[in-house]
Amino acid sequence: MDFLTLLQVLDTTIRLATPLLLACLAGLFSERAGIFDIGLEGKMLASAFLTAAVAAVTGSVLIGTLAGIGAALMLSGIHGLASITFRGNQLISGVAINFLAAGITVVIAQSWFGQGGRTPQLSGNARFESIDLPFVSEIRDIPVLGPIYAELISGHTLLVYVGLLMVPLTWWVLFRTRFGLRLRAVGENPAAVDTAGISVVGLRFAAVAICGLLTGLAGAYLSTGLQAGFVKDMTAGRGYIALAALIFAKWRPWYALGACLLFGFLQAIALRPDVIEGTLGFEVGVQLLDALPYILTVVILAGFVGRAIPPRAGGEPYVKER
Amino acid sequence: MTDHTPAIELKGISKAFGPVQANKDISIRVMPGTIHGIIGENGAGKSTLMSILYGFYKADAGEIFINGRLTQIPDSQAAIRAGIGMVFQHFKLVQNFTVLENVVLGAEEGAMLRPSLAKARRQLKQLAAEYELNIDPDARIEDIGVGMQQRVEILKALYRQADILILDEPTGVLTPAEADHLFRILKGLRDQGKTIILITHKLREIMEITDTVSVMRRGEMTATVQTAETSPPELAELMVGRKVLLQVEKAPATPGKTILEVENLRVIDSKGVERLRGIGIEIRAGEILGLAGVAGNGQSELLEVLGGYRKAKGKVRLNGEEIDLTGSKSDARTRRARGIAHVPEDRHHEGLILDFTAWENVAFGYHDKPEFNKGVFMDNAAIKADAAAKMERFDVRPPNPNLAAKNFSGGNQQKIVVAREIERNPDLLLIGQPTRGVDIGAIEFIHEQIVALRDMGKAVLLVSVELDEILSLSDRIAVMFDGQIMGERLPSETDERELGLLMAGITDTDKPHSEAEIEANLAKKRASAAKEA
Amino acid sequence: MQKMPQWADVVLIPLISLLLAALLSALVILAIGENPWSALKLMVDGSMGSTYAWGYTLYYATNFIFTGLAVAIAIHARLFNIGGEGQAMLGGLGVALIALYIPWPHWSIALLGGAVGAALFGAAWALIPAWLQAKRGSHIVITTIMFNFIAAALLNYLLIGALKPSGSMEPATGRFPEATHLPTFQDMFSTAETALFRGAPVNVSFFVALLACVAVWALIWRTRLGYEIRAFGQSESAAKYAGISPTRIIVVTMLISGGLAGMMAINNVMGEAERLVLNAVEGAGFIGIAVALMGRSHPFGVLLAALLFGFLYQGGAELALWTSIPRELIVVIQALVILFTGALDNMVRMPLEAMFLRLRPAPKPARKTEPAE
Repeated sequence: MDFLTLLQVLDTTIRLATPLLLACLAGLFSERAGIFDIGLEGKMLASAFLTAAVAAVTGSVLIGTLAGIGAALMLSGIHGLASITFRGNQLISGVAINFLAAGITVVIAQSWFGQGGRTPQLSGNARFESIDLPFVSEIRDIPVLGPIYAELISGHTLLVYVGLLMVPLTWWVLFRTRFGLRLRAVGENPAAVDTAGISVVGLRFAAVAICGLLTGLAGAYLSTGLQAGFVKDMTAGRGYIALAALIFAKWRPWYALGACLLFGFLQAIALRPDVIEGTLGFEVGVQLLDALPYILTVVILAGFVGRAIPPRAGGEPYVKER
Repeated sequence: MTDHTPAIELKGISKAFGPVQANKDISIRVMPGTIHGIIGENGAGKSTLMSILYGFYKADAGEIFINGRLTQIPDSQAAIRAGIGMVFQHFKLVQNFTVLENVVLGAEEGAMLRPSLAKARRQLKQLAAEYELNIDPDARIEDIGVGMQQRVEILKALYRQADILILDEPTGVLTPAEADHLFRILKGLRDQGKTIILITHKLREIMEITDTVSVMRRGEMTATVQTAETSPPELAELMVGRKVLLQVEKAPATPGKTILEVENLRVIDSKGVERLRGIGIEIRAGEILGLAGVAGNGQSELLEVLGGYRKAKGKVRLNGEEIDLTGSKSDARTRRARGIAHVPEDRHHEGLILDFTAWENVAFGYHDKPEFNKGVFMDNAAIKADAAAKMERFDVRPPNPNLAAKNFSGGNQQKIVVAREIERNPDLLLIGQPTRGVDIGAIEFIHEQIVALRDMGKAVLLVSVELDEILSLSDRIAVMFDGQIMGERLPSETDERELGLLMAGITDTDKPHSEAEIEANLAKKRASAAKEA
Repeated sequence: MQKMPQWADVVLIPLISLLLAALLSALVILAIGENPWSALKLMVDGSMGSTYAWGYTLYYATNFIFTGLAVAIAIHARLFNIGGEGQAMLGGLGVALIALYIPWPHWSIALLGGAVGAALFGAAWALIPAWLQAKRGSHIVITTIMFNFIAAALLNYLLIGALKPSGSMEPATGRFPEATHLPTFQDMFSTAETALFRGAPVNVSFFVALLACVAVWALIWRTRLGYEIRAFGQSESAAKYAGISPTRIIVVTMLISGGLAGMMAINNVMGEAERLVLNAVEGAGFIGIAVALMGRSHPFGVLLAALLFGFLYQGGAELALWTSIPRELIVVIQALVILFTGALDNMVRMPLEAMFLRLRPAPKPARKTEPAE
């Protein structure tokens, strides 16, 4: 594999890792606060659809993104209502949200656009455009570093950079602010938070809302950054892979970046069977490559690659006890 | 005590949970700068009353006055603002946070964390000096002992400038020495003008430390008296509503052949901490061995090993035959078949399936016995008949086998478990905390059953954190500390003081020991345990 | 303390949840510019208006009985098996292999063989998640989801590779031999004068599904294993105390669950398609979740809920055919049913409990309660 091919694969890695990363950090906020969320998939899907749909109608990707975030927030609200207010089963709520999104996106898409459950192709201002970082043309010709900067680091869409910046921001919020301290506490022992006179419900809803915001961005990126429009079930299990990355990352922001890049890389090479054949010297079935992220997730979950301890109060609704 | 405005005055507080009246028209005045005890049986409504005061529950009726002012306490925030601090029976600490982070949580200064932590660090130093509350601010909660954790809870309250401190059963998890230290802290706080409410069911503590005591019974406040003017028997009668026998009637034991021999038993838990470090005990037929100790020193693990649901190293023989401790025959089913019955410490999480009916629970653990089965199917009619008979013999009320276990009172739930295990006529009965959360009437009944089993020539291993229970039931007493047996004593030749020293890990009990020495010993043991972890 | 009568818990709450789901679905239909009332009439007509319509409704219901029972039995052990989809796919593979490579003399024996093959393959697909949950603590919800994706990739691989007859362009196996074709209701119930269930796929597997309901009921409430599964589901610590091995219960329960999901293949693969095609399961594994929740994990409830979803499925297909409402509306209804009967259970329950508490006469005698059956 030559240098340029490697750069191409890595470039694809970053683009494919971005929705995973945004969704993974979304899950991180929610689960650190004690709310398990297997509905990341559904929230991304809902946002991907509404972002593309509104962008197609208004011609503005920004308005589209806002609408997409709104859709994800609404589903977050349902999840919060079910798992915080009514102390329901968080897993079941997540499953319901995934189906709700899978169904309603197609029903509405069909009703609005009549194109068999997809939105029209987006172009121009209805998509996120790639951003050239400063000095690209000056640095491009420097050997090694130049192409890395120009091909790999520069030239992505806004949301890619937002995703990357979210990593230090998440770390800072969690470990350096009052909100972060309380958020982590409510995921470990909500009774401690409650008796300290802080609202458990308020904190958890805040976490779920942040989760909605970030999955909204992830979905927006899918349909307007990575691709040019919405198609049925376009998340294709990314929400679940993000969950797996979250477990792999042991609920920590920097590890999450690493895990998402790894999964993004797996998806990237799956797109380039020629590169794999060239590197390994034999052909690898495309189905195996498709299945690889899931297989790897199972291996990780099996704890053969380090044990992960989830937040102690995760998945349990908080009931006051003396 | 010159101020005549009560620090707290409750007027006509009532609270019902569905059809259960937990608090009925309760009025009480707590004077500032005093330690006020509230005593009552389990379920008397003490904790409910304090939860109302701390804003956890909303009273159905009644008024709360703090320092003479009518105060609404809809939530904990309001209670904190009114100057009330609460130390719950089960600590409300975040296990993987440091002491500092736990103290700061909810009382931060501004949105950034660092200034808050710095300020708390300074304050803790000051508080520690003032009240003998020394503690490492950077230690993680999961690495420090329960005594220390309790101090963190007190510090949390003081950091929030609480003037009124409520402690709910604070000594349940402490050694007598730690309890003494706590009482010294509390007296210090009182002398600085703080008001302290101590909730307990232990008469001894009331007599030792309180200035005033209120007695609760079945949701009602039955009396408030000056501690100096009352006596334990009088308080006991007020609590129960009738005269109680504080002693168990039993004939001297006539031990026979050895039933259980345990040698060098070792358990290492999933975190790698050694929970049992070479236990050796022996119980003979017709004998009750009482195992004393503060909760968390390995008693639970010992019961689990003998009961067949924790693996261990070492040797255990029952009736002279060795028992499998690690292999396929080390499960609870095999243990039952060998004649070991087990009344577990925690009936809600082990002894019963709360959503199962009483009859399903009476077969629990014995559901594979031939008399309960017909081929591949269970013989539900036979199980129901058996359950009805057992419930009648043990006077379980209501005597309805079709009722779910969760619908019985604590005493009746425990009777179901005890009936199931004792009626199997085991060679060895393991019984943990037999009367925890059980009303006095049922306590007497259960104690009688244990003694009756002994008199039939069976061996009994009794684990209890209540020294009174150990002293009155046991024929021999072994004391556990930090996964080891510290010594054995005969009830007639020992007392609470000596057992207390053993429970604190001090074996040369003849010498006089200062509190400082005991403290140092406990600290040393904990440090070594933490290092191993 | 029982807060409300058993019948309210068993009948009233699912019914209210269903009404709420229906109401919201009606709003969705309104929002996309169709008439909910005529949509409902169309659905009823299309799913129950003729023996042909019933033939489809019962065919779908058969699938959902199997996947619903699969989810239900796992719930009794407090395991949430979302892997029904993948397990049913593998069940299809088992049926295909058995039908294609073993010469069967008669359909009845082939049905038996197919059922065993389907169950074995479905169970095998549940085994790894079960083992990982029992031994390594890997969350079974996530692993079973992953196994759905892996199953899809595996079937994709086999159906465009080894199992595809040479010369065929379609990702599917060849047709099963004549002797494995199961009798349909048309074969069984039509007389010379009147043809009933003409062309509808419902077949003898429906009766196997009914038998499975009875068997699961007996297993859960009449056998030692069922007792142990329920005990484990209620309290793992108590189960250990009683000598019930958690590993054994998790693995055995998931094997039964996976086996039931897999057995769906005797209906859709052996009974209907008579060959294995890509995406043969069509989401029935997921519908099992809604069916089990709606049916309160009781086999009889599962049967009723499966019939309801059979009606929705067939009705939805008719809607898609005659109106502009896409089939995905069914997925929305399914999601709403899961939401209301599963996650938002308390929203429906709490006001009802309060109501019953108010209706209750004040002094409460020790009321007889029936055992949970």
